[in-house]
Amino acid sequence: MNISAKVGLGVVGLLVLVAALSPLLASWEKVQSQDLVSRLDPPDRVHLMGRDQLGRDVMARIIYGTRVSMLVGISVVGASSIIGVLIGALAGYKGGWADRLISGFLFNVFLSFPGILLAIAMVAFLGPSIKNLIIALSVIGWVGYARLMRAQVLKVREYDFITAARALGASDLRIVFKHILPNSIQPLIVQASLGMAGAILAEAGLSFLGLGVPEPIPSWGKMIDDSREFWFTAPHLFIFPGLMIALSVLAYNFLGDGLRERLDPKQRAR
Amino acid sequence: MRGLALAIIRRLLFTIPVLWAVVTLVFLLIHIVPGDPARQLVGENASEAQVQAVRADLGLDKPLFTQYTSYWKGLVRGDWGQNPVTRQSVLERISSRYPATIKLAMAAMILATLVSIPLGVTAATHRGSLIDSGSTLVALLGISLPSFALGPLLILLFSVELGITPVSGAGGLGNLILPAVTLAAGLSAILTRIVRSSVLEELGEDYVRTARAKGLPERTVIYKHVLKNGLIPVVTVLGLQFGVLLAGAIITERVFSWPGVGSLLVDSISERDYKLTQGCILVIAVTYVLVNTATDLAYRYLDPRIKID
Repeated sequence: MNISAKVGLGVVGLLVLVAALSPLLASWEKVQSQDLVSRLDPPDRVHLMGRDQLGRDVMARIIYGTRVSMLVGISVVGASSIIGVLIGALAGYKGGWADRLISGFLFNVFLSFPGILLAIAMVAFLGPSIKNLIIALSVIGWVGYARLMRAQVLKVREYDFITAARALGASDLRIVFKHILPNSIQPLIVQASLGMAGAILAEAGLSFLGLGVPEPIPSWGKMIDDSREFWFTAPHLFIFPGLMIALSVLAYNFLGDGLRERLDPKQRAR
Repeated sequence: MRGLALAIIRRLLFTIPVLWAVVTLVFLLIHIVPGDPARQLVGENASEAQVQAVRADLGLDKPLFTQYTSYWKGLVRGDWGQNPVTRQSVLERISSRYPATIKLAMAAMILATLVSIPLGVTAATHRGSLIDSGSTLVALLGISLPSFALGPLLILLFSVELGITPVSGAGGLGNLILPAVTLAAGLSAILTRIVRSSVLEELGEDYVRTARAKGLPERTVIYKHVLKNGLIPVVTVLGLQFGVLLAGAIITERVFSWPGVGSLLVDSISERDYKLTQGCILVIAVTYVLVNTATDLAYRYLDPRIKID
């Protein structure tokens, strides 16, 4: 694994740790407690990232925001990869009309729509909530996994061991899940890592538009939007959440690229 | 030639079901609203008569199929609905904002192209050097830094501290610079990586060795021969990314209060003007589909190696 992938892995590990330990690192009370006298205070020794427009501790909110980002990212990647793998496996393994309908029509329709626009549209009509955000991002996210899985199934199903399994009387489900899926898992892991970066960015973007995580839960994107009146008088209000988003996305991209390079030797030449 | 014409017709025919699916999806959006959309619009305290009036206004009192056919008829006739309170026409509001969005997306695309081609070529020709690593890092930063963090940073630097550009709004070229730079950042990053990879691939081809053996200066080899072939994938990505820019403009327009369809979409959502929201989404999605179709056709024309089938 190259150095950037190792750095990526380290940062991802740290983010997951912060997310898991966030109730200990920053209590809900600290996240919510307001002090209007100290509003917009710049970073100091006690409040390392300063205070926001309501005098709340920015660092506590950033820590809690990490939990929200990771939760949304993992849920979206989990849901879209399960849906994508099932649909992709169906298209690739069954072929015929199922493949024509799925890869010939469904993929094209979903790819013909800018993903983030579809997510905005869905949340706009469903109403902003973490659950709706995860649904919307999963609806746009499954296509990538499905295309990848279909391609893998088309490749792996031609191997001799699949013919042997079929000759031994293995059912279609057994062949797909016991034989094809384990041989297709590597590119799916890479896609999942890059998918986490996309999901974090999309969550922050939708929250910035007021369509993501609702009040009073802190989210990095919403923190930037909430502070728009104070961007120039208290820039720490957008700089720290912005840095966190960039850092997380960069880490998952580094990790994804590194994994791809490691798992696909052809990529090393590029 | 006949084969090319057939391929074009086939590609255009393929666009029809996609456009149908886009319109149908947009039509169905109002039906995923939890509860009664009319009640949501008028609020909990409104009388039943008011709710019924809004329901009739939105066409929700009719059977689903009738609503669907009326939606299509309205789209074709140019009657995209009205704001239930102000009675402003949806199509008029969108038309007045659409040019600003296209202007912003075009400016971002031109800017991204101007930055990424020299950067990508330099990175490829200096592979493994500090310039290469630097350009990769800048590209990754461009992808990772969201526009709603980069935008305020640029405003703070260039508008507040240096006073070179206006803070927000539309107007002259000055107003366009920062939103265009913000929107272009992500695309520049992607393009730089594609140019680099594409040029690297072409540098290994036989014709490059021949050109060098002929004694051509390296500059001519790169910019006259390699770049000509290396830019073909870039053209495709540019076309495909134009649609992404339109979607990305929704956030950039909000950061800079840019009066385009994106900011209109966000306003319509907060005002719960469902017809306007549907209209904005439809316009962006249809533009995306049409630009993708045009790019696909241009790609076939530019690269004769692509099979016409």
